[in-house]
Amino acid sequence: MNRINKKLQEDKKLLSIYFTAGFPQLNSTVSIIESLENSGVDMIEIGLPFSDPLADGPTIQESSTKALENGMTTEILFDQLKDIRKNVKIPLIIMGYFNPMMQYGIENFCKKCKEIGIDGLIIPDLPVKEYSENYKVIFEKYDLINIFLITPQTSQERIYFIDKISRGFVYMVSSASVTGSQNTFGTVQKEYFERIAAMNLKTPQIVGFGISNSATFKQATDKTKGAIIGSAFIKHLNQNGIAKINEFVTSIID
Amino acid sequence: MSYFVDENGYYGKFGGAFIPEMLYPNVEELRVNYLKIMESDSFQKEFKSLLKDYVGRPTPLYFAKRLSDKYNTKIYLKREDLCHTGAHKVNNTIGQILMAKRLGKKRIIAETGAGQHGVATATVCALMGMECIVYMGEIDIARQAPNVARMKMLGATVIPALSGSKTLKDATNEAIRDWINNPVDTHYIIGSVVGPHPYPDMVARFQSIISEEIKKQLTEKEGKENPDYVIACVGGGSNAAGAFYHYLAEENVGLIAVEAAGLGIDSGESAATSVLGNEGIIHGSKTLLMQTKDGQITEPYSISAGLDYPGVGPLHAHLSESKRAEFISVTDDEAMKAGIELCEFEGIIPAIESSHALAVFNTKKFKKTDVVVLNLSGRGDKDLNTYINYFKL
Ligand SMILES: Cc1ncc(COP(=O)(O)O)c(C=O)c1O
Repeated sequence: MNRINKKLQEDKKLLSIYFTAGFPQLNSTVSIIESLENSGVDMIEIGLPFSDPLADGPTIQESSTKALENGMTTEILFDQLKDIRKNVKIPLIIMGYFNPMMQYGIENFCKKCKEIGIDGLIIPDLPVKEYSENYKVIFEKYDLINIFLITPQTSQERIYFIDKISRGFVYMVSSASVTGSQNTFGTVQKEYFERIAAMNLKTPQIVGFGISNSATFKQATDKTKGAIIGSAFIKHLNQNGIAKINEFVTSIID
Repeated sequence: MSYFVDENGYYGKFGGAFIPEMLYPNVEELRVNYLKIMESDSFQKEFKSLLKDYVGRPTPLYFAKRLSDKYNTKIYLKREDLCHTGAHKVNNTIGQILMAKRLGKKRIIAETGAGQHGVATATVCALMGMECIVYMGEIDIARQAPNVARMKMLGATVIPALSGSKTLKDATNEAIRDWINNPVDTHYIIGSVVGPHPYPDMVARFQSIISEEIKKQLTEKEGKENPDYVIACVGGGSNAAGAFYHYLAEENVGLIAVEAAGLGIDSGESAATSVLGNEGIIHGSKTLLMQTKDGQITEPYSISAGLDYPGVGPLHAHLSESKRAEFISVTDDEAMKAGIELCEFEGIIPAIESSHALAVFNTKKFKKTDVVVLNLSGRGDKDLNTYINYFKL
């Protein structure tokens, strides 16, 4: 069974953390992953940096730019991750935009992910239809779960469709925004969380975008399986360094 | 072979809508409605009437006698430079603002590089009394100050794009992010035949008025609808799409697309996408773009801000791959020389984008009997500073 599915069976609210590979230093990748796991994080999204991340806000734009300046490439990331499964047990997901993956070759990319022990992919600019018609077969051949997004604007009909074709979890974007633009959740989000909960989807939901502290984590996971933190973690990493990762994680889940 | 968009939004293997789920409702709303709206009588009536009385269409098809004598062929200039606001861009913004109104949108966003599309958008927003926000790279704001002032005079808010390389591609990213953040009341007026389906098709249809008029005008002047060649410059490709549109299926009409070679194809400072680019995804479209082998989008260079884009629209990628159009690239120097030549021979100061198209007469030989229509996409007022600096005027 894929590690993501196994993790989703645990009887707890899951904390997933996103970071940009190659930031703050080119070679930070492995130590960030290891300290996240040691701090009690349930799942990790490894960001493959892209020059034009159009679904991301300023924080992740900047970490991506910095990572590319540091020299991060797809090849280097795969090389850094080649022995990651010797120690790390939690699910690992690569999050990135489609163009760098296309240039690597989709089949090669998926094959490499499988060899390393990557469990899933989140590709914001690969639409559902395009995935289903052209790439699903390849992803499944290498046992990679493709994670789909829903937003407050997604129609009920489309949510049921996405639920039907999803394996793993549904990525619930908390609000109509790019990453990192929210610090509290208001009534609009609460209603949205409640509306989705009432749909009784077969696929567990994990909330992302705008979660920054234990209060927003609790709000986001009240009716869902877990939450993903990206921008707030990158800010913390930028200010406090890798040594203080544990502090950040315990501030969220203790 | 078809050169028009198919029902999935593709031109051959190029096109599609590679957009985040957050944009799906907006783009889908547009996809489902755009043809129905555009083809309705009330839309056509309002569109045609604004093009006539506000933009000043039809623009003349002018026989350039002295230039023709010099190059020993028959050259006609399609005078898009005489459009209100100074370029073909306004054909599209008029169409899209009418589309936005019918979709019930209240707020307009746009990206701009040189500022021509920004000005054309600010203009139609003033005309319709709609809020207008234009994203423009911080570097472009500094080098295109007069157009920034024009946008402000027209009531638009100009927001600097501070991310990435701070030019057109980043302004486009910022506009897309704005649309993600404002999914309900906002329409994004894209300035060229780029972006996710249905934008390339919609913008090409709005610009197709150019070749619709050429057909009529050429019939009056030459007794036939079809020239031997149509020449146009390509940044994203909207003026070329408009000038080619009604000739796409007429294989006896040669289509010549002119890209900016900048300092030279191999100089590392170029925007000749059909030569230097390969298949990938930019701004929601699968097309040819300039990128590293790792898939990071690279910065183009051209003396002409309007051609300074690292991709081309998917229609042009298809025209290039299928060889339906001949792609020629022209350096800064060749374009500047051709621009001055038009001033001296015909008394017309062209936009530097259009000067690239004009430079083709120095690299390609036409027959004496050939009828060649060149789309003069814009006038050179906006480029005076560049002309002054280049020629030390
Ligand atoms: C006069 C003129 N011509 C051409 C272009 C290039 O755009 P496109 O290739 O979409 O026609 C521009 C863009 O700013 C322009 O201002």
